[in-house]
Amino acid sequence: MKLKKNIATSESGFIFNPSTGDSFSANGIAAGILAEMKSDKTEQEIKTGILARYDVRPEQLDRDWDDWMVQLKEANLLDN
Amino acid sequence: MQKLKYERPYIKKLNTGMLNKFASANPAQAFDAIEGIPVKKLIEQYGSPLFVLSEKRIRHNYRAALRAFNTRYPKVQFAWSYKTNYLSTVCQIFHEEGSWAEVVSGFEYQKAVKNGVNGSHIIFNGPGKKREELLAAIENNSLIHIDHFDELYMLMELAASSSTKPRVAVRVNMDTGLYPQWDRFGFNYENGEAWNAISKIVQNNKMQLIGLHCHIGTYILDVAAYTKATTKMCGLAMRCAKDLNNPIEYLDMGGGFPSNNVLKGVHLQSADSIPSVDDFAEAITTTILNFGFEKDKLPLLILETGRALIDDAGYLLGTVIANKRLANGRRGTVLDFGVNTLFTSFWYDHQITPAQGTSTHTEPMTLYGPLCMNIDVIRENINLPVLDPGDHVVVHKAGAYNMTQWMQFITYRPAIVMIAESGETHLLRKAETLDYVDEMEQTPELTKSKAVEK
Ligand SMILES: Cc1ncc(COP(=O)(O)O)c(C=O)c1O
Repeated sequence: MKLKKNIATSESGFIFNPSTGDSFSANGIAAGILAEMKSDKTEQEIKTGILARYDVRPEQLDRDWDDWMVQLKEANLLDN
Repeated sequence: MQKLKYERPYIKKLNTGMLNKFASANPAQAFDAIEGIPVKKLIEQYGSPLFVLSEKRIRHNYRAALRAFNTRYPKVQFAWSYKTNYLSTVCQIFHEEGSWAEVVSGFEYQKAVKNGVNGSHIIFNGPGKKREELLAAIENNSLIHIDHFDELYMLMELAASSSTKPRVAVRVNMDTGLYPQWDRFGFNYENGEAWNAISKIVQNNKMQLIGLHCHIGTYILDVAAYTKATTKMCGLAMRCAKDLNNPIEYLDMGGGFPSNNVLKGVHLQSADSIPSVDDFAEAITTTILNFGFEKDKLPLLILETGRALIDDAGYLLGTVIANKRLANGRRGTVLDFGVNTLFTSFWYDHQITPAQGTSTHTEPMTLYGPLCMNIDVIRENINLPVLDPGDHVVVHKAGAYNMTQWMQFITYRPAIVMIAESGETHLLRKAETLDYVDEMEQTPELTKSKAVEK
C-alpha cells in the first residue's frame, strides 16, 4: 500500500502524477492520509490517528479504507 | 475535545482542458430545512422516506397562475386535475382557492363529491367512464367531456330516459405541431371527426353541448402549440354558434404547462428555457381575444393545469443505505426510496441535494433505490458530495404525480406530511403497514390443508 515515490501532493489536496500527467483533487481527510502515507506511516498508525480526531466508528473506517485503496489503485498512484 | 465531522476519503480526477463553462448551483450545498423545519427533525418524527408538501407554495402557485390569466382575460376558471395529486387536503386547498375539480375516473369523481365539490363544478374527462358513473354525472349536473363515439351513443341513450339534459363537451385532439401528436383521446379535428361529433350532439337535442375541450399533451415547452390549439378551438366554437346556432359557453384548454423540473434526455436544459405560465396565458388569451367573438359572448376559459401548480410544492426526503463501487469504478449509492415511491424519476432528472453540511468535494455517482430490480435507478448520473450511510437527501419538485402514481411494490408507501402556512406540520397520510397492505386480501382454506399435510 505504498504510494508511488514520485507522486506530488499538496496540503490543499492537489495531487499530481508526473509519469502519467494526471492530476486529482482530494478532500480534506484524503489529503491528510496521503501526507501520512508519504511519510511512511503504517495503515494502523494512520487509522488510529483518524479515529482519535474524527467522529467515525472503526468498522466504518475499515470499510472506507478498503474503498480508499481501490481509489488509489484505479488512479494508478500505488506502488505495486 | 470535540471530534471533527468525518467524511469518507475521496479523490477525484481533474480533467484539465475540459472545464465546464456552464455554471451550475453547487451540488454540495446542503438543503437542511424546508420552510425552516429541519429535514432531520421531520425524518425523526415521521420516518424515512417521507413526502413533504408546502401549503404556502401550493397557494402561491395557484394565485400566480390565476393572476397570469385573469389579468389578461375576463372569464377564467381553473379545475384541479385530480390525478396530479388527489390527497383530500391538497384538493381542498385548491377548491378553497376557487378551483373546480377535473376527474378522469369513477374513483376520482367520487373523491371530488366527497371533497364537497358541487356536481356542476366537476369536469368528468377520460375514455373509461362507466354507464353508472355517467348516470351519476348526469344527475349531478356535472360537465361530461365525451371521449369517443361509443360514449356518445351511450350518453344519447341515457339522455333519452333522463329528466335532466346532460351538460356535455367534446374532447378534441389536433395537430399543434407537437410530436408525437396525442390523438388517442377525443375526436380528431383535422379529419372532421370532432365536427361530426359536435353536429350529432346538437342534432340529437337531448344533451346541451356547452363546451369544447382539449388537452394537447403534458410538459409542453412550445408556447406556439397553445396558440395553434386555441385557434382551432375558437374556430370550432365560432362554427357551433354560426352553423348550428349552438353557442359554446366554455373552452377548456386542458393542462400541459411544464414545471421547472428537468426532463430526462434534454441536454443542459436550464430553468430559463422553460416558458412561464405567463407566456402560455399570453398566447392563449390573446388568441381568444383576437378571434372575433362579440365582447359579451366571450367563452369562459377553463384550465386544468396540474404539475405546474404543485410540482415544486413537494419534496421527498430519504436516507442513504449504502455505498458501493460499480464494475467500472463508479460510485453507486443506495437510497431508501426507489422508483416505486418516486415514480417521476422515470421522466425527470430530479434535483437531489444532501440534507447535511458537507465538504465541497463532489463525486459523480449513480443513485439506486432499495428494490431488487434493475430498473430501480433514481439518477443515472449526478454529482453529489460524499454521502455516508444514514445521511439524508432531499428530492426537489416531487409534488406532482408521485403521490398518485406511486406503487405499493416491494416496500410500503411512505407517510406524507404538509407544512401548513402557520408553520405547523400535519400528517396527511400515514406510512403503510402490513395490515394495510393485507387488508384487501383473502386467504381461502386451500393453502391451509396443504400446509398440514407436510
Ligand atoms: C385531461 C387532462 N387534463 C389535465 C391534465 C393535467 O396535465 P398537466 O399536469 O400536464 O398540467 C391531464 C394530465 O394528464 C389530463 O389528462
